[in-house]
Amino acid sequence: MKMTHRFQKLKSWEGLLFAIVLVSIGVNSAQSPAYLRVENVVNLFQLFIERIIVALAMTFVIINGEIDLSVASVMGLACCVLAFLHDQGVPFVAAIFVALAVGVIVGLFNGFWISFLGLPSLAVTLAGLIGYRGVARILVEDQSIGNFPDWFTSLGQKPFLFATPLATLIFFALLVLSFVVLQYSAFGRYVYVIGNNREVARYSGVRVRRVKMLIFVFSSTAATLAGLLLAARLGAVRGSTAEGFELDIITMVLLGGVSVFGGSGSLLGVGLSILVILNLRNGMSLVNITGNTQTGVIGALLILSVLVPNWFQDLRVVYNKRWGSGLPSTSKEEAAI
Amino acid sequence: MEMVRRYLRPEQLRELSLVLLLVVTVVFFGTQVEGFLSGRTFVRITTSVAIIAIVAIGETLVILTRNYDLSVGSIVGFTAYFVGTQLVNDNAIAPLTAVALAIGVGGMMGLLNGVLVSYGRVPSIIVTLGTLAIYRTMLVNYSDARTVLTRDLPDWLLDLPRANIFKIGDLDFRLAVGVALVLVIIFQLIITYLPFGRRLYAIGSNPEAAHIAGFRTQRIILTAYVVCGMLSGFAGFMFLARFGNITVVAGQGMELSAIAAVVVGGVNVFGGSGTVVGALLGAFMVNTLEQSLIRWLQISEFWRDALLGLLILVAVATDALIIKSLRDFWARSGLHTRKETAVLPGQK
Repeated sequence: MKMTHRFQKLKSWEGLLFAIVLVSIGVNSAQSPAYLRVENVVNLFQLFIERIIVALAMTFVIINGEIDLSVASVMGLACCVLAFLHDQGVPFVAAIFVALAVGVIVGLFNGFWISFLGLPSLAVTLAGLIGYRGVARILVEDQSIGNFPDWFTSLGQKPFLFATPLATLIFFALLVLSFVVLQYSAFGRYVYVIGNNREVARYSGVRVRRVKMLIFVFSSTAATLAGLLLAARLGAVRGSTAEGFELDIITMVLLGGVSVFGGSGSLLGVGLSILVILNLRNGMSLVNITGNTQTGVIGALLILSVLVPNWFQDLRVVYNKRWGSGLPSTSKEEAAI
Repeated sequence: MEMVRRYLRPEQLRELSLVLLLVVTVVFFGTQVEGFLSGRTFVRITTSVAIIAIVAIGETLVILTRNYDLSVGSIVGFTAYFVGTQLVNDNAIAPLTAVALAIGVGGMMGLLNGVLVSYGRVPSIIVTLGTLAIYRTMLVNYSDARTVLTRDLPDWLLDLPRANIFKIGDLDFRLAVGVALVLVIIFQLIITYLPFGRRLYAIGSNPEAAHIAGFRTQRIILTAYVVCGMLSGFAGFMFLARFGNITVVAGQGMELSAIAAVVVGGVNVFGGSGTVVGALLGAFMVNTLEQSLIRWLQISEFWRDALLGLLILVAVATDALIIKSLRDFWARSGLHTRKETAVLPGQK
């Protein structure tokens, strides 16, 4: 009974997102006839592709009841490790592998404090947000490093297969993989179970620590991969590359109907919310709203994506009280004040 | 031994060790950096601590209730710019009016945060991550790419940062530092002795129990946010007075320094324990490190953020592991009937 209830709630949320996507596509194509051209759609994805890739991993993290604020700094760190090693004359392919290894190590480091020592992920990744950015700054100081090999930058900028660049292909591959793992594998069920109730999961024999560890490694590795793709697309990196991306990434996930308290949400919702944000950003650019104002709008969207479901829940409580029947509201959100 | 245990609780032990660490840091940099132990360094560190400490007081109140405020940096920036613009437009605005304006604007921003967190039931991290962006956007749109310039500001404001309370030898005690110290003492007294203060601790230690006990948790959390906003607004005014030239990036990243100060100062990230004096010590620690690293030739100033991150992590880990077991030890000894648990069921 409870599950179907939640399922319906989710379904309606996804329906709402879908409606918003349709409306915004309609409005945008009315603004500009070129809107639905393949080039524009590809471009639309390209501008945010790194953030979208990280949002997939962030979905796992938040469903698991944790948060990773350090992803944007990890993206920056990956860029800077690559640039630093390249600058020092290390072979470029080796530099890429070292950067990826650094991503795994960062994930293990975060995961160690969170899953084995039980520190709050918020505090650990906030320290990471500052610290990893700091390490990136140590590596490149205040320079801007570019001069990457041509094959690398063209991977980031030119179409790889038909009209789609490599990053977009990686995104779709990761999307399918994440979807299968999250919705159809035992591991995916563990992610939800732990997010719902960590203690129950532990008593049921789920290896909570290992699952959390894997999730944080996944999150950092995805962020590293995204950082490398960003370096390829931009062609030059500096200490502040990818700064503030965590806002977009977390908004994408929460707007997708993933509960910030963990335990519920789906990749379908996140996919739809990604489309909403892309269309919204693009639409705002079409009517000449500056990037800065767009950031403010995304911030408002982030708050609304949690506030509106809360209102719906209040309405349901009022409805149940007045007309009887129905279920008592879940007290999970209320307890969190 | 019993006397020691009775009067020296783990929290005080932690603050004492922070003081020791601070002394060690100062002595260390004194030997490393030429001319470090001078009146100038003292003034530089104390005046920059003054601003961060005021923000950190507000952040402490919020973190005590097991919430966060990430928007303080944007509030500081917005109020500094807003009040600066008003003063540029009308040099005749009285000093007290300007301060009241800063506190009022900051309070309004805190009110929005508080309403969304307490009555909207949106987690604080989400609300303030959003308002961090929203307030900064407001500032950029309001500024229209202009800058507040020192030369347009009234004279009294420009003289303010150099105003001394008293002087011992080389050491100047600036007015700003005095104000910050007074605020720290007032708020320390409030959270120690007033019902409002104790309720902050109660809510942070166990929100459900506080609710069941009949505390108006929502209203108290709202008040904490409003006070935090007002203090950040006041810090914005001090920021304006200190720097004069205000751009749209004013105060950016200050939320991280403030949270760093609070956490290093021993305020528990799970809420429910910590002091304002601790936060002040934390602010001193963070600032001394920042100001000294810039002048230390061995490593570049780019190490600042990396060390700050590490410092926060170590502080959080110390609290969660060492201080918690110390507290358990204190509680087991039976001398303390008040056992404060840091981690509660339901806390993820």
